[in-house]
Amino acid sequence: MQRAANANDSIAGDSAILPIRGHGLAFERGGRRLLDGIDIEIAGTGTLVIIGPNGAGKSLLARVLAGLIEPTAGEVTWAGRPPQRRRAPKIGFVFQRPVLLRRSAQANIEYALAVAGVPRPGRAERAQAALARARLTHLAGSPARVLSGGEQQLLSIARALATAPEIMILDEPTSNLDPAATKAIEALLDAVRSEGTRIVLITHDLGQARRLADEVAFLHHGRMIERTERKGFFASPRSEVAQAFLRGEIVL
Amino acid sequence: MQDFLDAIGEAFRLIGRLDANLAEIVFLSWKVSLSATFLAALIGLPIGALIAISSFRGRLLLILLVNALMGLPPVVVGLIVYLMLSNAGPMGGFGLLYSPTAMIVAQTVLVTPIVAALARQTIEDLKQEYDEQLRALGVGTLRAVPTLLWDGRFSLLTACLAGFGRATAEVGAVIIVGGNIDHVTRVMTTAIALETSKGDLALALGLGLILLTMAIGVNALLMGLRATATRSAYA
Repeated sequence: MQRAANANDSIAGDSAILPIRGHGLAFERGGRRLLDGIDIEIAGTGTLVIIGPNGAGKSLLARVLAGLIEPTAGEVTWAGRPPQRRRAPKIGFVFQRPVLLRRSAQANIEYALAVAGVPRPGRAERAQAALARARLTHLAGSPARVLSGGEQQLLSIARALATAPEIMILDEPTSNLDPAATKAIEALLDAVRSEGTRIVLITHDLGQARRLADEVAFLHHGRMIERTERKGFFASPRSEVAQAFLRGEIVL
Repeated sequence: MQDFLDAIGEAFRLIGRLDANLAEIVFLSWKVSLSATFLAALIGLPIGALIAISSFRGRLLLILLVNALMGLPPVVVGLIVYLMLSNAGPMGGFGLLYSPTAMIVAQTVLVTPIVAALARQTIEDLKQEYDEQLRALGVGTLRAVPTLLWDGRFSLLTACLAGFGRATAEVGAVIIVGGNIDHVTRVMTTAIALETSKGDLALALGLGLILLTMAIGVNALLMGLRATATRSAYA
């Protein structure tokens, strides 16, 4: 019992993540400035949708905030401290293309729980609960990599959720999926949001942004052009580039 | 031509009645090559994994070297191991020359680079695929190694089987360090060489047939493994 309590501490307690702050974030590669002076704070609850045209730096910003890529300038803090690997399970990161281990669906989730410090006796139960949430119980024993694209992405979201993250960061999770799978994922994200988990969703799907966002951050050429609550953004974006983007005029 | 057909017939009869001499040679071959492959896996897999996940000066040179060592000529390995184990060599005191242990050592030297090089490639490819996801989950380098080894298990087993195939087929190293002593260090390949030169084609052919069957068996196992892994998407 004592061991279980300690293990829970290891994935909660002092491992707080929010607020995530980025200050003066810049990233350069090959002489190109891909992120340029971004200041951002993510705290509280709700869904922040980051939108912008291809190449705006959305995915890069998500990775920098999640501690996966070091910015070339500026700094990221999680709850006031620099990112640490130990606290990573408190950020549920979901990639555009799911990367699943070569094992069963349930074993994929149990692996994430093991990394997060959950003791072995509790893992199966928590993994099954996560699978049930994503409506994947019937596929628990299937090799993860034979699942359909939608099921694989649901599984990677379930895996991220299993460690009870404070925040989910999702990088275009539905861009390769059919409408039914997209709907299932949006429903799951909506449920997660209503339970108080902070969500950051990268997308260039305006419909999805309208459906899921509480607030919208618009990126263009590596700069954060504006960050507004959803209604205001879609009714009357402040910047001209955002207006043009909503009219479908900016491709790059 | 008649002699040749007679030899083939006699070879099948030897196999059919499980000739004691033939069985002894086959058993020793298996023992030596399996032991060598096991030791090569113990040494080669971690070396391959370490090269795959680490970055250091001269890494590319080391990869080049390990890859080049895959093509080590068995007679050269035999000669080097012979020099090490001979009375004048640094390990002469162990008295291992002309023993099955010496043959295991020589084949281990021969097979380890094959296992290490193939493991390095497998794990490097897998790492490239997993890297960002593992870091997102909070997995550090030390934990990543067993994860990559486990998830690459089918390909790594293939690497070991390739090594086993090389070990059973080579003759140069074992004949130098083993000496091809009857009932002591005579294995299939050395026996074939000797019996052919003596003109006892039946035993040589019988052993040749078994060796060929083993080669086909190992390859069938490789294909089966790959098919199973692909079918269940574990590859």
